[in-house]
Amino acid sequence: MAQHGGDTIFALSSGAPPAGIAVIRVSGPQARGALEALAGRVPPPRVASLGLLKDPADGSALDRALLLWLPGPATATGEDIAEFHCHGGRAVVAAVEGALAGLPGLRRAAPGEFTRRAFDNGRMDLNAVEGLSDLLAAETQSQRRAAMAMAEGHFSRRVDEWRRHLLDLSAMAEAALDFSDEGDVPNAEIEERIGEGIRALAAEVAAVAAMPSAERLRDGVRVVLAGPPNAGKSTLLNALVGREAAIVSDIAGTTRDRIEVPVAIDGIAYLFTDTAGLRDDTGDAIEAIGMDRARAALDAADIILWLGDAADAPREDAVIVAAQSDRERSARPGLSLSALTGEGMGELRALLHRRASSLLPGEGEYALNARLRQRVVQLLGHIQAAGSADDLLVAAEELRLARGAVDAISGQAGTEDMLDRLFSGFCIGK
Amino acid sequence: MQTSYDVIVVGGGHAGCEAAAAAARKSARVALLTFARATVGAMSCNPAIGGLGKGHLVREVDALDGLIARAADEAAIHYRMLNRSKGAAVQGPRVQADRKRYRGAIHRMLDAQAGLTIVEGEADSLLLSGGDVVGVALVDGRTLRAASVVLATGTFLGGRLFRGDEREEGGRIGERAATALGGQLRAMGLPIARLKTGTPPRLDGRTIDWARLETQPSDADGWTMSPLTQARRLPQLACAITRTNEETHRIIRDGLGRSPLFDGAITGRGPRYCPSIEDKVIRFGDRDGHQIFLEPEGLDDALVYPNGISTSLPTDVQVAMLQSMAGLEQVEIVVPGYAVEYDHIDPRALDASLAVRDVPGLFCAGQINGTTGYEEAAAQGVVAGANAAARAAGDDPVILDRASSYIGVMIDDLVLQGVTEPYRMLTARAEYRLRLRADNAETRLGAIGLTHQLIGSDRAARLANRGRVRSEVEAELGQVMTASALMKAGAPVRQDGARRSLFEWARFPEVDAALLLDLAPALRNAPADLRAEILEDAHYAPYLQRQDAEIAELRRNERVLIPAAFDYRRIGGLSTEMIERLDAAKPDTLAAAGRIRGVTPAALAAILVHIRREAA
Repeated sequence: MAQHGGDTIFALSSGAPPAGIAVIRVSGPQARGALEALAGRVPPPRVASLGLLKDPADGSALDRALLLWLPGPATATGEDIAEFHCHGGRAVVAAVEGALAGLPGLRRAAPGEFTRRAFDNGRMDLNAVEGLSDLLAAETQSQRRAAMAMAEGHFSRRVDEWRRHLLDLSAMAEAALDFSDEGDVPNAEIEERIGEGIRALAAEVAAVAAMPSAERLRDGVRVVLAGPPNAGKSTLLNALVGREAAIVSDIAGTTRDRIEVPVAIDGIAYLFTDTAGLRDDTGDAIEAIGMDRARAALDAADIILWLGDAADAPREDAVIVAAQSDRERSARPGLSLSALTGEGMGELRALLHRRASSLLPGEGEYALNARLRQRVVQLLGHIQAAGSADDLLVAAEELRLARGAVDAISGQAGTEDMLDRLFSGFCIGK
Repeated sequence: MQTSYDVIVVGGGHAGCEAAAAAARKSARVALLTFARATVGAMSCNPAIGGLGKGHLVREVDALDGLIARAADEAAIHYRMLNRSKGAAVQGPRVQADRKRYRGAIHRMLDAQAGLTIVEGEADSLLLSGGDVVGVALVDGRTLRAASVVLATGTFLGGRLFRGDEREEGGRIGERAATALGGQLRAMGLPIARLKTGTPPRLDGRTIDWARLETQPSDADGWTMSPLTQARRLPQLACAITRTNEETHRIIRDGLGRSPLFDGAITGRGPRYCPSIEDKVIRFGDRDGHQIFLEPEGLDDALVYPNGISTSLPTDVQVAMLQSMAGLEQVEIVVPGYAVEYDHIDPRALDASLAVRDVPGLFCAGQINGTTGYEEAAAQGVVAGANAAARAAGDDPVILDRASSYIGVMIDDLVLQGVTEPYRMLTARAEYRLRLRADNAETRLGAIGLTHQLIGSDRAARLANRGRVRSEVEAELGQVMTASALMKAGAPVRQDGARRSLFEWARFPEVDAALLLDLAPALRNAPADLRAEILEDAHYAPYLQRQDAEIAELRRNERVLIPAAFDYRRIGGLSTEMIERLDAAKPDTLAAAGRIRGVTPAALAAILVHIRREAA
């Protein structure tokens, strides 16, 4: 059985109290002992039952709780697990944790220790661990969904499919190389099938490589507000983020530097950037620097809200906003709104949501972080090279390298480095 | 009679002969123990040597100054370079050898080898002292003593022949089995399993209508198996090709009820890549015919080997099925085909030197390790024999890794993965295939052979000379040329302003060989085989460089050692199957563990974490 140097760890594994229910999880060889000590009995495996928790020190009642006994190794951590689902008050949680800490061989879990044990015991692959790490850090609904999809292994399953597909293709190439000379394998026909298979696989991998990145999900969709000076950008920013993040005045060029405000709206993380107004002539050196920064922000933008003439918009897909509708009489082209009266704000938020959603993974989809994306791109490179090789020997070599790239995605090659990076960057504490 | 040696080799097949000769080249006093002197060096199955993957092994054994390639050249009556249309990395040199002349060549080489004695007799048991092997007891009561013993007993351990409902104890037709020794190995607790293989009927060539058949002539261009062979000696014969047809398949299907393969008599697993004709007809029932190569067994021998029709059907069915094929209507069988089932040791009980891990002094090579084929056997023989001698002399073991050779690939596969069917070499098994070519075996293994004193003076002189020419050529190919200079010289390369070495330019299709030879006279003057080898290196250079990086990474992971007593059960989450495989193979390093089939990346990471934790 999977055990870790005899240590048994426990931690509150649900959210911070007070809450409706608090789940206290115990993992390790003494998990069973903890149930016996606190509840006086061990319930049948994997069946929830109600029990009275008592402090083993003085027999005083702690709480009436739901008890779970999950013997290893088929558990989340691969070890024996006990769970106490208590009432979620601070005092109850503190009392139960105190009682557990008093038991011999039990100690509080270090940050991430449950996950680390799950990984050590082979209960999770690397992608799942990374997904979980993202999940713990997730602040918005869309982040949570994508992390969930990763942790549940959607991406791992996809990679497994690729691996199988590649093995098939490699097997065909090898058959053609080793067995075609004396008529065992029809060479021309098999090479054609390999070609078709490679094209299909390349298309599939390319689609994944083009998917939204986890960084976007984590850092927010970049929305840049830009336009000529005094167009109302800062007023709009403040209205969108719901606070006075930028200084607003009637003086043109009030905003000189970029102002970045992260905010979540309707479950999506955004990074709004207010920029210095763009105009052709400025004698002010500082304003000029601000305008350079504004242009840099525009280059990196996912969505541009352009508060100026449609003809001057920096990109075709910029959202043209006719702001300050409260000041204007005649209608201008674009989305007419007033941050002051609130007119059009609902429409703008809905439009941002639509645009941002298309940039983010949908329900059940995962997002790739930089490490994975780089691997997928590398994999794609090998598959494409295999497809364009006219020497079967080279095609077979590229397929072999592609297999290696697939292994690298689920964590085989360079194992040590990856583990070091993974565990150093992993905020642990579930 | 001398009774004390450094090394005793049991068995005089391809593994045993190479083991004895390799040990003697390393100056060991060697006894080669065989049932009968006359059978030493016998080719018991196919008269062919080499082929895809196998030709690589032959060249590698030759590069370590082994026997098989030179003996094959002495006996060759047909040369064929397989895959000639593909890159050199997958080309497979193969010869048909005259059976008698091959055996004669092996005998002459063994007789000429100083320190090697052929002893006739049957091994009864290993002599043990405190768990170590110290010699062999013979059935007739004699004992031979040695520091190391190499078992190269082929299919003779617990060998049992099958044909229809006929049964016979033995490793080859007409020869007895080594039953007592097999019993002792089992009693010692070595993991033993059974495999099966088969052989086709031998035909009387005078009853074949050759005129009706398509023939395949010997290659005309004069290549040889060993670079030490100056020229081909014997007249060359053609092979012929016939095919099975619907009628043949019907006869086979009707006879299946009398096949020991299908009535449950044979339980051992046979090779998927060399199936019996019964298997082929059942598993590929949709095919309307299978090619059968008719291979002459010798110059002055009427026997013909029909390659591709291994069978253990009853003799009357064999006759009927053969006579249903074109050219064979009147054919007569000299020896009917049969299947043989035999004991082998799970090679995961061995280490990379082919020593049995738990029985110091005992080495195993060839079919006893679950392989099939002369070439695979010979290759293991060299390594086991060299290591047996090294142990006796207290020298460093001879370890070949996957980056060095097909021999290294095979041994790594055997000792880590074990076998589920007779193991045959395939080029697909070598991940560094582009560098492990049949045409550069001596470049890859020459230095290793010299270091371990496996190489005699003739070949050492050749290697030294070759090394000199190579460095001259490399110096010339190292000169840097611009695209425009090359254009002036007559190669219409793209004018991208690039400066490349001539070696790099050599892979551009616009730079033809003639121009290259003009620009690098040393290349022109180099021997043709070296020239071809260097140009092939140039052609695949980008891939070879990438593999260099991979190999560096491999060797880094090879440095993460797994303690011998490491207990995989303590790592939870490893499947029972994984634990069994890891326990059986006992990988020395993390890299080796990672190569074991079914060991997942997560498992590998967990192993690493545990190693680190234990080290901390």
